Amino acid sequence: MTTLLLVAPIALPALGVLAYAIAGWHRGRGFVGAGFVGAGFVGAGLVGAACAAGQLAAGIALAAVVGRPGAAAIAAGPLRADALSAYMLVVIGAVALLATAASPAYLRAELDAGRATPRTNRRYGMLVQAFLAAMALAVLAANLGVLWAAVEGTTIVTAFLVGQRRTRTALEAAWKYVVICSAGIALAFLGTVLLNFAAAHAPTRPGLDWAALATGAAGLDPGVTRIAVALLVVGFGTKAGLAPLHAWLPDAHSQAPAPVSALMSGVLLSVAFYAVLRIKVIADAALGIGFARTLLAVVALASLAVAASLLLAQRDYKRMLAYSSIEHMGLLALGAAAGSRLAIAAVLLHMLGHGLAKAVLFLGSGRILQTTGTSLIGEVSALAGRQPVLAASFGLGVAALVGFPPFSLFASELGIARAGFATGLGWVTTAALLLMLVIAAAMFGHTGRMLLGAAPAADGPAAPRAPAADGPALPRSPAAGGPATPRASVVDGPGAATTPPRLPAATAVPLLAGLVACAALGLAGGGVQQLLLHAADALLGAP
Amino acid sequence: MTETSYVQLLDLACGAFLLAAVLVLWRRELAVIVRVFALQGVALAGIVAVIAGHDGSAELGALAAGILALRAVLLPWLLRRALAGAGPARETRPLVNVAASLLAAAVLTMIAYAVSGPLVELAPSPATHAVPVGLTVVLIGFFVLVTRRRALSQVVGFLLVDNGITAIAFLTTAGVPLLVELGVSLDVLFAVLVLQILATRIRDTFGDADLDELQELHD
Repeated sequence: MTTLLLVAPIALPALGVLAYAIAGWHRGRGFVGAGFVGAGFVGAGLVGAACAAGQLAAGIALAAVVGRPGAAAIAAGPLRADALSAYMLVVIGAVALLATAASPAYLRAELDAGRATPRTNRRYGMLVQAFLAAMALAVLAANLGVLWAAVEGTTIVTAFLVGQRRTRTALEAAWKYVVICSAGIALAFLGTVLLNFAAAHAPTRPGLDWAALATGAAGLDPGVTRIAVALLVVGFGTKAGLAPLHAWLPDAHSQAPAPVSALMSGVLLSVAFYAVLRIKVIADAALGIGFARTLLAVVALASLAVAASLLLAQRDYKRMLAYSSIEHMGLLALGAAAGSRLAIAAVLLHMLGHGLAKAVLFLGSGRILQTTGTSLIGEVSALAGRQPVLAASFGLGVAALVGFPPFSLFASELGIARAGFATGLGWVTTAALLLMLVIAAAMFGHTGRMLLGAAPAADGPAAPRAPAADGPALPRSPAAGGPATPRASVVDGPGAATTPPRLPAATAVPLLAGLVACAALGLAGGGVQQLLLHAADALLGAP
Repeated sequence: MTETSYVQLLDLACGAFLLAAVLVLWRRELAVIVRVFALQGVALAGIVAVIAGHDGSAELGALAAGILALRAVLLPWLLRRALAGAGPARETRPLVNVAASLLAAAVLTMIAYAVSGPLVELAPSPATHAVPVGLTVVLIGFFVLVTRRRALSQVVGFLLVDNGITAIAFLTTAGVPLLVELGVSLDVLFAVLVLQILATRIRDTFGDADLDELQELHD
């Protein structure tokens, strides 16, 4: 039973790959696939959402099994799950559910606009499921080598997703992504090899097994371990979008299809950072607490500084979101540098909160791109009047991202800052807070220009402001015409949309669900806190 | 195998391994670079085979055969196939010229020796004494990756890095666990396939795969 729980999060998406390979992406067959899930609306790709939901359910079940106080980790072959792995699975599953649920509407619009074919959509379905399976394998891996292979696997799978549109910019982004990430992850492999070398000469011979390494770390040779840890942190840091090897991230995240951006920004970065967390524990035991802390604090400040400087004059809203991801990874690094139990709990909460908020924003930005035809901030204005629900969810998402209550990022950023001051990182934390202030101002400025401001002339008086009482559940704009022709203007291609079509429910529901989940996470007390603390204990090896 | 001949054979293989990396820096014709890369694969398989002979390990012998197949045959074949469709097969304008590149290789070698001090000290043996060679190849690989402009040269740079790391893996601990080694080899193979497909698509879209053209995305 427990072995089944371990295998399920990897096997379900793997089955999803098979399902897409066999069934393809036809609306009819997608509906047949949806039949057994019991979902009621027509739309292809519910298989994908079902697999993601299954992954989330398996993660929650695992968390229930291994997340109890005193519960032992489950292990089977190269897989192992403790409370931290289970928590990471929940993060992956939650964001994956949002992204896969929003995929059908997104792909449908791409199909209507002639930017995709049923064949590319089918390949999209397969690759996304393979991506989910690789991420689940990464967090369930019992040893560093398997984790490495899984993380490199995510690069390979997502390369085609980034280059999906085959435009010049998309191909350029995909090339940079594969070259920089593969080179970075090669550094991590060198670090793995050296750690293996140090482990082979340690008294307990822990090999590359996480649990054995964490307990036997004190016997590792400091000289070799120092080189190994530096390489591992920089290597996995590359994949996590941390400076100095972050250059691929804004390109890849801005060029990938919106749901893939949501997954890459929302969870892939966190999965790579999960590796850094595990390595930090080993480094602390082998080298004392100073080495990894200094390394992570420097990386954190560098990432925040890069994000702040490039956000100030940012002109592209998808790149704005990408730089914001670099900022949040910098915050995670700061929390990891602090390294106390509460700091780790805050880091874990931040991962989930950021994943949900960023998924909402990327999904929303994909919709904005589809309806306005531009990714430039300056060319999108008065969105609030034309597409109130979309604009509201985008605005709320940005508010969540910069840390407004009630969203959970408020609590986690507070937690990270408090832990930073409590563990003697006062100056670093102060600098980080100042940079965050700059970033918040820049984000609000850009978002304000997108949502408010004068409507473009083409819209004219034909697009009256929808009344606020319209409510989020019924996204209906009087200018959008009847429900019979909801996508008329999309067919004309981007730029032609003078009266944007109403937000399809299949997009609106994930957006609102993500925001509600992010807020609920911020308001939830005991249960979530207990799970976070258990996960932190599982990482730090405390009772 | 006596201890002396083991050390001599190991040093010979490592020497060939390093020389191949330097030759990649020296030559500009992509076809020659791919051939040199294949030779380096042979040298790498040689290193593993020598260690296998010394340890009398059948598993290592099998790994040596696998490495030979992957790095001396399969990957060069893939590169040659990518080359066949490419335009002018020369690295026309590298960012750093050949003389400076060779000097840089000398500097990188010294850096590698300086950095790998702790690695040699932990377990002094003929094999670990050769670790700096592996590290030099890794650094040269990064150098190629950064300074070359042709898509294929960059792929070779990435593969040099990977060869160097594999050499270090076998020189230090007679390899990582088999499962990991398999995963790593598969990943490298897939990464090269992905890069090859992307390079083809870039060529279809941009005309020629000179990476200088890739400058549309920036801040």
